[in-house]
Amino acid sequence: MENNIRLLLNNISVVYSDVIQVLKGVSLTVKKGQIVSLLGSNGAGKTTTLKAVSGLLKPENGKVTEGSIEYDGSPVQNSSPEEITRKGIIQVLEGRQEFKYLTVEENLRVGTATRWGKPYKKDLEMVYHYFPALLARKGNLAGYCSGGELQMLVMGRGLMAQPKLLLLDEPSLGLAPLLVKEIFQIIRRVNNELGTTLMLVEQNANMALQIAHYGYVMENGKIVMESDAEDLRENPDVKEFYLGTAATGTLKSYKDVKSYKRRKRWL
Amino acid sequence: MEFFLQLLVNGLSLGFLYAVSALGFVMIFKSSSVLNFAHGELLAIGAFMFLVLSAWAKLPIILAFAITMIGSFALGFVVERLFLRPLIGEALIEVIMLTVGLAIMFKGIMLFIFGGDIHDYPKFLPEGLSMEWGAIQIPSVYVATFVIGILFLIIFGLFFKYSSQGIYMRSVADNQPAALSLGVHVKRVFALSWAIAALVCAMSGIVLGIINGVNVHELSSIGLKVFPVVILGGLDSIGGAIIGGVIIGLLETFTGGYISTSLREVIPYIVLVIILMVRPYGLFGLVEIERV
Amino acid sequence: MNKLQFHPCGNFRESYYEEIRIFETDFGRLWMLIGLMLLFVVIPFISSPYMLYVLNTMGIYAIAAIGLNLLIGYTGQISLGHGAFFGVGAYTAAILATRAGFPFLLAVPAAGLVTAAVGMVFGLPTARLKHLYLCIATLAGQFILEYVFVQWERLTGGAEGIVVSEASIFGIGLGDDRVFYYVIFVCFVVMIWIAVNLIRTRYGRAFIAIRDNDRAAEGMGIPIFSYKLLSFAISSFYAGFAGALYAYYMMCITPEPFNLWLSIEFIAMIIIGGLGSIPGSVFGSIFIVGLSEILSHITQYLMNVGDTGMGITIAPLREFIFGLAIVLFIIFEPKGLAEVWRIIRSNFRLWPFSY
Repeated sequence: MENNIRLLLNNISVVYSDVIQVLKGVSLTVKKGQIVSLLGSNGAGKTTTLKAVSGLLKPENGKVTEGSIEYDGSPVQNSSPEEITRKGIIQVLEGRQEFKYLTVEENLRVGTATRWGKPYKKDLEMVYHYFPALLARKGNLAGYCSGGELQMLVMGRGLMAQPKLLLLDEPSLGLAPLLVKEIFQIIRRVNNELGTTLMLVEQNANMALQIAHYGYVMENGKIVMESDAEDLRENPDVKEFYLGTAATGTLKSYKDVKSYKRRKRWL
Repeated sequence: MEFFLQLLVNGLSLGFLYAVSALGFVMIFKSSSVLNFAHGELLAIGAFMFLVLSAWAKLPIILAFAITMIGSFALGFVVERLFLRPLIGEALIEVIMLTVGLAIMFKGIMLFIFGGDIHDYPKFLPEGLSMEWGAIQIPSVYVATFVIGILFLIIFGLFFKYSSQGIYMRSVADNQPAALSLGVHVKRVFALSWAIAALVCAMSGIVLGIINGVNVHELSSIGLKVFPVVILGGLDSIGGAIIGGVIIGLLETFTGGYISTSLREVIPYIVLVIILMVRPYGLFGLVEIERV
Repeated sequence: MNKLQFHPCGNFRESYYEEIRIFETDFGRLWMLIGLMLLFVVIPFISSPYMLYVLNTMGIYAIAAIGLNLLIGYTGQISLGHGAFFGVGAYTAAILATRAGFPFLLAVPAAGLVTAAVGMVFGLPTARLKHLYLCIATLAGQFILEYVFVQWERLTGGAEGIVVSEASIFGIGLGDDRVFYYVIFVCFVVMIWIAVNLIRTRYGRAFIAIRDNDRAAEGMGIPIFSYKLLSFAISSFYAGFAGALYAYYMMCITPEPFNLWLSIEFIAMIIIGGLGSIPGSVFGSIFIVGLSEILSHITQYLMNVGDTGMGITIAPLREFIFGLAIVLFIIFEPKGLAEVWRIIRSNFRLWPFSY
């Protein structure tokens, strides 16, 4: 049972610049080979949770002050990003942080930084296999690619590192619905075929819960609800606040909308 | 006409020298966006290291050269580690002043040890390299410079374009947080770029020393000449640095030959101001790709 | 008579007026009066002629450093050309005095104004350039002006320079160091007063807004280009004013002092003193001038005590120590002497209850 856990967050608190507390005791578990999605509104602390795992809090003057983060049984909280990435945790940043002046293929090659000097040809083929759109543009500067291509590029770049745990931050941000669908299908295929464990932060709760095995809901720096993805999909609160469909499936009257604050049962 | 051609040749050789000495500067700027005012002093340190090993310790030239290269590589590493690392993320003016402070320190030490005189290397270049074309002469040092310069450019061009480490270095220059998230050792990249830059500087310092003799003041003033060269070419492109160097070299020799020798020293800066007014990112610099 | 105000033991400001006022307590005023008394009544009479010379130099450099701090520390625009601007002021004053026969009282402000105009010309690149490009553009300005000083012989006398005759105000000759001390430090106090108050006005706030984020400042409706130019103009005015005083004080100017080294010294002053702090600029100029005087004394001493060869070889170590001081300050106390001063002061003012 124990071996089955890839990542364990035990009651962690994160403080920025020694004053701003963003996470207030978050605990969550990611099992091997699963897709776990983390839902919540803006400012709930989802991205911070991911950064706490990947070690990217440090450049932003943030720190895990309490609790522990265990990865494959060993503590990794407050380690440097260089160490953490070398253990197999790769975060794909929010908002498509491509290297503008590098070509698509060079962008992908940066993904090999954690295992410099090892052959990477196979991985390139693998990425082009999952994202055929990239193959056509491999010689182009990334700065001139479209949003969808860039999202594929940054995800492919993450995969180049052969991660055991891939943290995806809002892969659907600003993309057309059809593209979102495609990208989520690729995520599921990666999970199925490569066995990569994935943690997914999303606003698009509907899509996220369709491919995830397990889900957490965050609010104000705390986990307020957790369950299997199917259960979460059926949960009336989640339906109302994140999926945007009411229990009855019809548009509600204004009066009911106004009462929604009271109905968030966890607050 | 012959005068013109001789000036042309001189200008090209001088420009090439500038280009070679600008390489180290561009390297540091490209990876860590630091404007290195201690560039001239790095040139001088390399030149003096070679002087000590070849003329004073009388080591074989090849061995002296190799030790100088290793030594300056280590020096660049140490400088980054001791002085620049604590300043990562500080304001531009502080980083600039730090390199200015380093420049003054280095210069002080070198003046203390070697004094302000001109020192000469033992002669080791074969005379056969020099070329003659009717009345126009190209001395062997310039030919050697040209060959070495081209060789270096090709090596570094290939390094940045195709090697993994080169790509990591470019990725850090491009988007630091993203490079960090992929596990690129950003600090190691900074250290490496300083080390390589110091090595290139030593290399160009030696070449300059062969041509003009080794002198602290001379070499450190060439460090400032680098600014017009790289601005003209765009701060971040190596090919641009070459073209910038050649343009500045030609400008200087032609101004010196046809107008006046005193104007020669400032003409690069006058051109620099004009260029900055017209094309702020240099003639060949990257145009910023902005997405909204 | 309002009642005496003491330091509150925390931040209890209730209005914006309290935020921007200069003296927090009446003791602040008192200390300032004591300082002025020391400056004008005590120090000139207990100092040796050599001390007076050092103090005068400090005062002149401090004025220029305050100007540079307005530009770099408050507006965030870097200039590597202030050494040359200082020279422009010196030459303008000298030329106006010798050729046009301007009296001292007119020549000095006129020199300031001319330098302000020159500064604005070299500030023009700020329209399009930022950060290091600007830095390099002003570096070019430095070299171009140096060239003009040497080459425009009909105006500047070339390498031989210009000899300025003794200045006088209302028939009082200013040749004596002690008399000139008063001239310099009256100017010094006035210039500080102007700078401190400038920062409290809308202009000062606009400068700070541009420093912190020029895009946002533009969005708030600040015409950033004209404010940057204004900042260049004010800063160059200070430099030119100080340069004019320097010309009258030295009574002979040549192009050599106004080189890149002087520009670097000015920047070193404000960095060591503290960026964005008026007292910092003063501390910085005291530190730099003091340091170079002490270092030259040491080398002179070594020359006299032992063999002269020793002294000559030691001389470059002055530069080394100077560079080392800059480097150490930037690494260990990037906020400069002003911060050290603040820490010392706050330890005292709440004594004995330091919390």
